[in-house]
Amino acid sequence: MRALAWHGKHDVRMDTVPDPEIINPRDAIIKVTSTAICGSDLHLYDAYIPTLQKGDVLGHEFMGEVVEVGPKSTLKKGQRVVVPFTIACGSCYHCGKHQYSACPNGLPADNQDIARELYGHEMSGLFGYSHMTGGYAGGQAEYVRVPFSDVGPIVIPEGVDDDKVLFLSDILPTGWQAAEYAEIEPGDTVAVWGCGPVGLFAVQSAFLMGAERVIAIDHFPNRLALAAKFGAETINFEQSDVYDALMLMTGGIGPDAVIDAVGLEAHGLYLDNVIDQIKASTFLGTDRPHSIRQAIIACRKGGRVSMPAVYGGFVDKFPLGAFMEKGLTLKTGQTHVQHYLPGLLNAIMEDKIDTTFLISHRMPLEKAPEGYKLFHDHQNETTKIVLKPGMAADA
Amino acid sequence: MSNEVSARTDDAPPTTAKHHRVDVAGENVPEAQGSQATAQTVTINRPVAEVYARFRDFARLGDFMENVERIDVLDQQRSHWVVKAPAGRTVEWDARITEEEPERLIAWTSEEGAEVPNSGRVTFRDVGDRGTVVTATLLYDPPGGTLGKIVAKLFQREPAIQARRDLKRFKQLLETGEIATNVITREQLEEEGR
Repeated sequence: MRALAWHGKHDVRMDTVPDPEIINPRDAIIKVTSTAICGSDLHLYDAYIPTLQKGDVLGHEFMGEVVEVGPKSTLKKGQRVVVPFTIACGSCYHCGKHQYSACPNGLPADNQDIARELYGHEMSGLFGYSHMTGGYAGGQAEYVRVPFSDVGPIVIPEGVDDDKVLFLSDILPTGWQAAEYAEIEPGDTVAVWGCGPVGLFAVQSAFLMGAERVIAIDHFPNRLALAAKFGAETINFEQSDVYDALMLMTGGIGPDAVIDAVGLEAHGLYLDNVIDQIKASTFLGTDRPHSIRQAIIACRKGGRVSMPAVYGGFVDKFPLGAFMEKGLTLKTGQTHVQHYLPGLLNAIMEDKIDTTFLISHRMPLEKAPEGYKLFHDHQNETTKIVLKPGMAADA
Repeated sequence: MSNEVSARTDDAPPTTAKHHRVDVAGENVPEAQGSQATAQTVTINRPVAEVYARFRDFARLGDFMENVERIDVLDQQRSHWVVKAPAGRTVEWDARITEEEPERLIAWTSEEGAEVPNSGRVTFRDVGDRGTVVTATLLYDPPGGTLGKIVAKLFQREPAIQARRDLKRFKQLLETGEIATNVITREQLEEEGR
């Protein structure tokens, strides 16, 4: 089959690799009909995430048709499913608590040591996201082997477009969980750093959860305009001082909850960012945490910090004093996708949530390498690229 | 570093000692053999009876113990182990059960003439809603002394690493009915020796 493989920094290629087969009893093979490039794929593209190997097939946002099932799968051939990016077993202690992204049973034992050294514990397996998360072949491919297919994939009713449900795989539940972790109360003001897909879905979700005001922060005018469409007020950090603006917009109190949807590759010319960038390039640090610093400083006393943003390693100058003195609460983590799927599919079917606005480009899978370059170089215009294996390569 | 075994003033398990040689006797391994000790543990979300029974089925330990090539059960107490070693070698020994309390513990020691003298103890503890805590304590003399230990580590056959991964696979097998793998073809699975 054809698949998008990582070969090095800014070097991804379409390769021909073996077709996946059923290996374990609960497996299913999915023929991919739509797959997206995620903002976090750019961290791989930029070689920020360790333990990637040449030839690794990327992609963790995908959906498709069930073409083969193992004896313990509950799926049926021909069903259309969206696949969560987290691989969770459904039967361990963590899955029992719906902490699916903490499930240790999807991660091959030999791959658990890396995270154990770095984080103290192994995490769940993820599709197409380095060997630390299992070394699983990802969804930017014609076919994918999906473990625990009786637990993860959600069946999509007939007649519903791929574009309407594809983002259930990662970014919609991630944005939703981010808003849930902000513990929004009616009348709250919520500030969201980063208007990428997760930030935009967090804006939408925050309003649905009762926020009175949402303030969106970014520097791409096009992305800020999308946030404004959902009713958010905007701050362009290249044009305005974010802290001063937030204080004036909230009567000096600060936002009740802050959401960092930026993460380890923050943009912007700030002194701490420049130092972080130098440290990252010299391996003295891995992450550039400007957005979370700013969010903590701006958050009101006793407020909540929600951090869907991906951080992989260590940070410097974390404002621990501000965090303690102001009595903040931080909630974070990879998304427990499986927990949110039924409710969010319902919300889509009832037209309470629309995700199609996000898609700026649809391309054949064969053009995935161009897609990466486009997404990486032109983030203002490129909000989301969806790759379609079935689309003619000259489309 | 002192070789003396001195009294500890805390409740931490003996293998976590920082400054003193591990008190092998403190591990409660009967007929202890081996100067290196490692303890590994895992919590399995299944009832203790099931966890114990699956472990006691020695002939099937190779399902999740990656380095075990074969185990022949000789009688109720004795079994013959064939285990992969670095550089394509295998090592063999006979093991004898020295202590057994169903659903609580199994202890064993290798018989005379073992290439890698070893002994150990696996305990099973019912922890209610969370299932069963399995703790394995292994005592062993690494083949080829310190150099052998480094070589074994390079080949990922170091007993402490192996034991930890084997317990994780045991957990996966019991909780999910399968062992996680990232291979995508049956041919790759065979190359991994499974």
